[in-house]
Amino acid sequence: MRRVLLWLPLVLFAALFGLVALGLFKPADRTVRSAMVDKPLPDFALPAMLPAKPGVARTSFGGGKPRLINVFASWCVPCIAEAPELMKLRAAGVPIDGVAINDTPEAVQKFLDRNGDPYQRIGNDKASQVQIALGSSGVPETFLIDGRGRIVRQYVSNLRPDQVDDILQTWRAMR
Amino acid sequence: MSLSNRHAGLVPASTVSRASCVEPKGWRVRHVRPRHRAGVTILLGLLAALATPALAQQAPLADTQLSDPAQEAQAKALMGTIRCVECQGQSIADSNADIAANMRSLIRQRIKSGESPEQVRAWLIQRYGDYISYDPPLGGATWPLWAAPFVLLVIGIAIARSSFRRKR
Repeated sequence: MRRVLLWLPLVLFAALFGLVALGLFKPADRTVRSAMVDKPLPDFALPAMLPAKPGVARTSFGGGKPRLINVFASWCVPCIAEAPELMKLRAAGVPIDGVAINDTPEAVQKFLDRNGDPYQRIGNDKASQVQIALGSSGVPETFLIDGRGRIVRQYVSNLRPDQVDDILQTWRAMR
Repeated sequence: MSLSNRHAGLVPASTVSRASCVEPKGWRVRHVRPRHRAGVTILLGLLAALATPALAQQAPLADTQLSDPAQEAQAKALMGTIRCVECQGQSIADSNADIAANMRSLIRQRIKSGESPEQVRAWLIQRYGDYISYDPPLGGATWPLWAAPFVLLVIGIAIARSSFRRKR
């Protein structure tokens, strides 16, 4: 018994060491996920970012038609990487509304001219009010809203091709 | 325009230095790849710093105090206990990230319109979960945090008593 107890501190130390080493080689996922998934879309109304497109409001969601909200910005590099994936979704008929964070009409227009324009509407969220209300922590993020105005999914960071397939499948099933 | 509250995206998170978390305001080039040539980085940084004042579109109350000192004190105390979702070790009061500035503005606006700090905290927790608050509520996963000091105290007293007895 004594002999076992003698080794106990070393064993405890080795266990602690292993735990710390594990954290070093396999860092935890630091993605902040929204707690609003599976909840109804909060009430909001954003003014139009561009004269040619209307703004985005809570009232344009629901009514039996699922839609996407894409939180983006013209100054965000992953948003450029994501642009072709959003264009694919648009080509498949998925309606997408944009929420532009901390941006100007000129910069957004330039961004759309260069990378394609997948949006039906673009809201000007200058102070991140809607971004925070959605529980989004950065750009880009994409939210799938079902026909009853409920947030069904959140995709953090730029959309990958497999996520596009997932969106298309879920969207078709909800229609 | 700031590059600060975007997701790391194409590069693995571990290679992205969270530049906006430590650098002073106006110094806003994001170091996506650590192997940037220093000269280029500094030049870009200076350009960004020059360009920022003209383009800055910060939320109105991000760095402006409320006129009522009692409300400002409440807002300030709350900000110190809300986590920045980009610079995750900092509170939004300490962080230079854009989204932290926008959250400060949101908190001041809500306090100004008569909400209590705990109502605002509850609203943010509804959005981001308990993670957003540095003052976690007592619940299923957090009760050991509160219980641990008392358990350790009891164990300590037990050890002390038994060792004093042996000496007699």
